[in-house]
Amino acid sequence: MSFLRSKDDTGPWQGAYASYDLVKELCIAVGVVALLAILLTVLFSSPDEKPSTVAQWSRAMPINFVATAAKELDGTSDTAEYGPPYNHNSGSVQHFLFLHPQRWLGVSHPIDTAQDYVIGPLETVPGNPGLQSALAAYRAAPEKTQKAWGEAYAKPLEEYETATEEKKTPPKTVTLDPSSDAVTVQASGAGPVPALMGGLLSLAQSGGLDGALLTSNQFFQTDYTKPLLFMADGGLLGERAEGDHLLGEQWGMMNETGSYPGQVWLWLYTLWYQVEPIKSSSNADIQVMLIMGLLSLAFICIPFIPGVRDLPRRIPIYKLIWKEHYHAQKNA
Amino acid sequence: MSAAQTPKPTWTGRVRDAAVEALPPEKLLPDGQPTYVASWIYIFGVASIAALVVIIGSGTILALKGPAWWHYTGIGHFFNSIHLWAVELFFFAMVVHLWGKYWMAAWRGGRTRVWITGAVTFLVAVPTALTGYVSQQNFDAQWISTQAKDGLNSVGVGAFFNVTNFGQMYSYHVFLLPLAVVGLVAAHVLLVRRHGVVPPFELDRTALATRLPQDGGPPPAAPDDGDPPPGPTGVTS
Amino acid sequence: MITVLAAVFNLNHPAHVVEWHFIQLSVANLIVIALMLVVFAMAIALPFPGARARATARRTGGDPK
Repeated sequence: MSFLRSKDDTGPWQGAYASYDLVKELCIAVGVVALLAILLTVLFSSPDEKPSTVAQWSRAMPINFVATAAKELDGTSDTAEYGPPYNHNSGSVQHFLFLHPQRWLGVSHPIDTAQDYVIGPLETVPGNPGLQSALAAYRAAPEKTQKAWGEAYAKPLEEYETATEEKKTPPKTVTLDPSSDAVTVQASGAGPVPALMGGLLSLAQSGGLDGALLTSNQFFQTDYTKPLLFMADGGLLGERAEGDHLLGEQWGMMNETGSYPGQVWLWLYTLWYQVEPIKSSSNADIQVMLIMGLLSLAFICIPFIPGVRDLPRRIPIYKLIWKEHYHAQKNA
Repeated sequence: MSAAQTPKPTWTGRVRDAAVEALPPEKLLPDGQPTYVASWIYIFGVASIAALVVIIGSGTILALKGPAWWHYTGIGHFFNSIHLWAVELFFFAMVVHLWGKYWMAAWRGGRTRVWITGAVTFLVAVPTALTGYVSQQNFDAQWISTQAKDGLNSVGVGAFFNVTNFGQMYSYHVFLLPLAVVGLVAAHVLLVRRHGVVPPFELDRTALATRLPQDGGPPPAAPDDGDPPPGPTGVTS
Repeated sequence: MITVLAAVFNLNHPAHVVEWHFIQLSVANLIVIALMLVVFAMAIALPFPGARARATARRTGGDPK
């Protein structure tokens, strides 16, 4: 016997057969499972938490919205720095040893965050000469100036967000008008950026930005990548997810919204993210994918793996399964 | 027709002959099973298939009415719930079936392909479920898609399989992946019918030497031949 | 028009979570895992119907024609 083929002396069954109605069994099984599914439906129904919109985000968390939009404009958001398949940066590009599949497969879904999330939507806003001249001033400025304006505007917002995260008193350079939900950022040297951000916040709060992000390329659209990535750069989705125990560190991959059972079969996949050194690695995703890929291959190849394929013989659970057969054999 | 004029075999004839040779009707749909098939663990394979039938049935209703329907009608939500619970039952039954088959070492006797098709079915069912979750068009779909994209992007798969692209994910979920699952399940079941359900471990290996053939039955085959003799035929009263 | 009743039990509230060392599992998932183990144990332990017919088949060299 070769290494890959175990010593398998299983021969064809020479013994007796008893009547067994397979088709009847299938019909009964379908009936029972259908009834069980209906019973569970009647008892528990299913979850359907409404999706968040950009409008809701901009109204519920206007400062977070403006802070995120500022990062999209100056190219420092997670999406802006991500890398393939969205752009050629490297903020979220992962590799394992010599394997760089993310780079190799390249940019297949290009997103220019400044243009797609800020400039493009603002260009569609009619009847606002102040906004249009701010846009014209921004577009006409050299890249270095645009960057400096963006950084000057983003700095107080970053300080505000950090203070809020650390539960400290936020600086007074960022204020929110509760009656109009308008955000004011005291930043010198920010050029036309405050006007752009104000215009974008109004557009978002009116509901116009949801549509602008979706139908920018064509009338019929089923690709929600742009609005989803924009919202994911902000804080609303994460805040909702934390409440529903869906964050990575909450083993969220296995969970469903509410108190429903989730995806129990993902237990091993999510477990690796909870253990070091994977937990704190910037290449955690590719590491886990490779581990699970290897384990999946091993799962398929169990018949060929010495030790693993022999365990059922060594741990005689089979004696319980075939107890009637062994009992009959003994008595024969 | 004379022997000199035997018609050339057609492709159809060859396919038919190969199919009937591999799986004669009495093997494809036998009336009986070996007497060692005497445990409740054996029902979890058919329970998995039953759950798949309910998934496809409820999924068909959802597909008939379109992806938004279940959000704004009670009856739509009802069928969506059946679909979700059937998925939970499907994975439940498959896992218990897998545990049983592992502890029976059900790949023995030439049944390696049975194990492989079963394992691959499980692994394909996982992305089938994922594409369903990201097609829900609710908060769960928003969260799962924005999270899953990072894992898929890290291995380059995100370049052609975009979980935030609803249109693509819906197509995979409603057509492409269920086709793959059903194809794999069909191959798996046909292989089980071909090779029969795996016999028990021999408790005493010396019993092999003294095993006699059934009266009137075929002589014992070589030990590595996993194919059982043709099963019971005919119709019981 | 079919009237569909609301669910008997409302599960639309944040999940209760069981924490053990670094493992965090929702109660619902824990129930599913526990049920899998219980059902597996019962499946291999409980007797399967038809024992008499199988015993007859063994005695007579059975082949249900």
